[in-house]
Amino acid sequence: MTHTQKRVLINKIVMALSVLSTLIGMGFLLWILSILVINGIDAINWNIFIYEGAPPGYEESGLKHALIGQLLLISVSTIIGVPLGILAGTYLSEYGGVKSKLANIIRDISDIMMSAPSIVIGSFVYAVIVAPMGNFSGWAGIAALSIIMVPIILRTTDDMLQLVPSTLREAAFALGAPKYKVILQVVLRGAKTGILTGVLLGVARVSGETAPLLFTSFNDNFLNTDLSEPIASLTVTMFNYATSPYEDWQKLGWAAAFILSMFILTLNILGRVILAPKKKK
Amino acid sequence: MNKILDRFFQLSTLSIALFTLLIAGAIFGVLFQEAKPAIDAFGFEFITNSKWAPNLEKFGAWPAIIGSILSTSLAMFLAVPVAIGVAIFLSEIAPEKLKNPVGVSIELLAAIPSVIYGMWGLFYFVPIIRDTFGGLGIGLLTAGIVLAVMILPFMAAVTRDAMNTTPDILKESAYALGGTKWDVIKDIVIPYAKAGIIGAAILALGRAIGETMAVTFVMGNVHKIPSLITDPTTSIPVALANEFAEADEDLYFSSLFYLALILFLMSSAIIAFAKFAFLKRGRKAK
Repeated sequence: MTHTQKRVLINKIVMALSVLSTLIGMGFLLWILSILVINGIDAINWNIFIYEGAPPGYEESGLKHALIGQLLLISVSTIIGVPLGILAGTYLSEYGGVKSKLANIIRDISDIMMSAPSIVIGSFVYAVIVAPMGNFSGWAGIAALSIIMVPIILRTTDDMLQLVPSTLREAAFALGAPKYKVILQVVLRGAKTGILTGVLLGVARVSGETAPLLFTSFNDNFLNTDLSEPIASLTVTMFNYATSPYEDWQKLGWAAAFILSMFILTLNILGRVILAPKKKK
Repeated sequence: MNKILDRFFQLSTLSIALFTLLIAGAIFGVLFQEAKPAIDAFGFEFITNSKWAPNLEKFGAWPAIIGSILSTSLAMFLAVPVAIGVAIFLSEIAPEKLKNPVGVSIELLAAIPSVIYGMWGLFYFVPIIRDTFGGLGIGLLTAGIVLAVMILPFMAAVTRDAMNTTPDILKESAYALGGTKWDVIKDIVIPYAKAGIIGAAILALGRAIGETMAVTFVMGNVHKIPSLITDPTTSIPVALANEFAEADEDLYFSSLFYLALILFLMSSAIIAFAKFAFLKRGRKAK
């Protein structure tokens, strides 16, 4: 075999391996997606939205408690986490800049926090909120989710604000605007689609968190909207139902998995659609 | 007036930014403080002691640490080659028409919550392992594979992004010299994107080691070093997820916090290493 033939052959082998690994990877992922859709659609019916948790065997059992609990947990953590993240990110980009030591330390720590195991954040919140208060509570779950959300929003805000051309800032300064007005009315406004994308992705990420809720917001089989009490979430409910030996509970678990995945995928797709026209310019 | 508002705005954003630092410090501080009784009671022997017996108040983290290391190594061993293969496919081989749909679907799959990967593992993968290898189906092997599938999309997407940064002109020059695709990949793309590829793998490792839900379903939480790859075992996050809400004794609690502290330090060290050694994301100081 000539040298060239050998090279062509090796090339072909590597190409085949690469295509094969894509097929394997995509195969697994399609498998997961299809069982999610099949089991999910099979398990979804109106009862899920009407009824709360019930003992296994009952016709009238649903996920209303978990759906409402999840929405409550996510929306309150968003209300807390998003402004904190945006304001901190604003500081990094507008006052700190790329050369400030402090800003760079905060960036690095946020990067580490972003990848910190979420169960560790759960145990931290357990120690500072659940143990002193003496019971699991929605607020503890919200604290854990907010701690996870802030670094994500902070880093995207920081990145997005740095993309705003400095000529825009200069133009606003030249008109005599004070810095806070320049930031609020020019810089943040200029980066609003980027920040919105960051917010959507942050909310999506937090919505799927289970581990930090296991021993903060805990669970409740009935509808509860009092945040100082344990509160159900889709993720923890899904975990409990899926690991139970009862078939109808497992079915509810799949329904929860399907609803949650669709919610998260929608947020992700929305984030992309919003950002897409900007990329093309 | 504007000056005061200016100052106020700067100070409030600064204090919020500092608050995030404070939380990070507090996590370390609180975990350490809560773990203190266990640290005092067992010292560093906690790490190498393999007996975990809550009823006897004996706690050793060795099986959980080994379980974490074995399951993540297995996951990395399985996922890294496939992820690199997928990344090569997406950045160099795939026809333009396929690049976007496949790339986007991989990114979307990275967003699926890990608890769903765990559920899939429990209901669909455990029986397969049980039938093929015997045993319970719950154990190290299953955990490693589920973990591999979970980190695959993330690692493939980041690796592809790293490979995509290779300037076209470099690749074109190599093609002009008569290089095959593989020549270009191994001599141009991989050397150029090396730091990013290694960084992606280490970031994925950091994710895998702290991953709780994908493995809690399928690992078994048995504090024993597995003698067979199909044996049930445990890992730090699995032990935390299973036992935290059940712990009743102070020393039991404290030992769990000690585990959490070890996990936090391990994952922070891994992430920091990936960031500083390989992924200097360019402070954009252009």
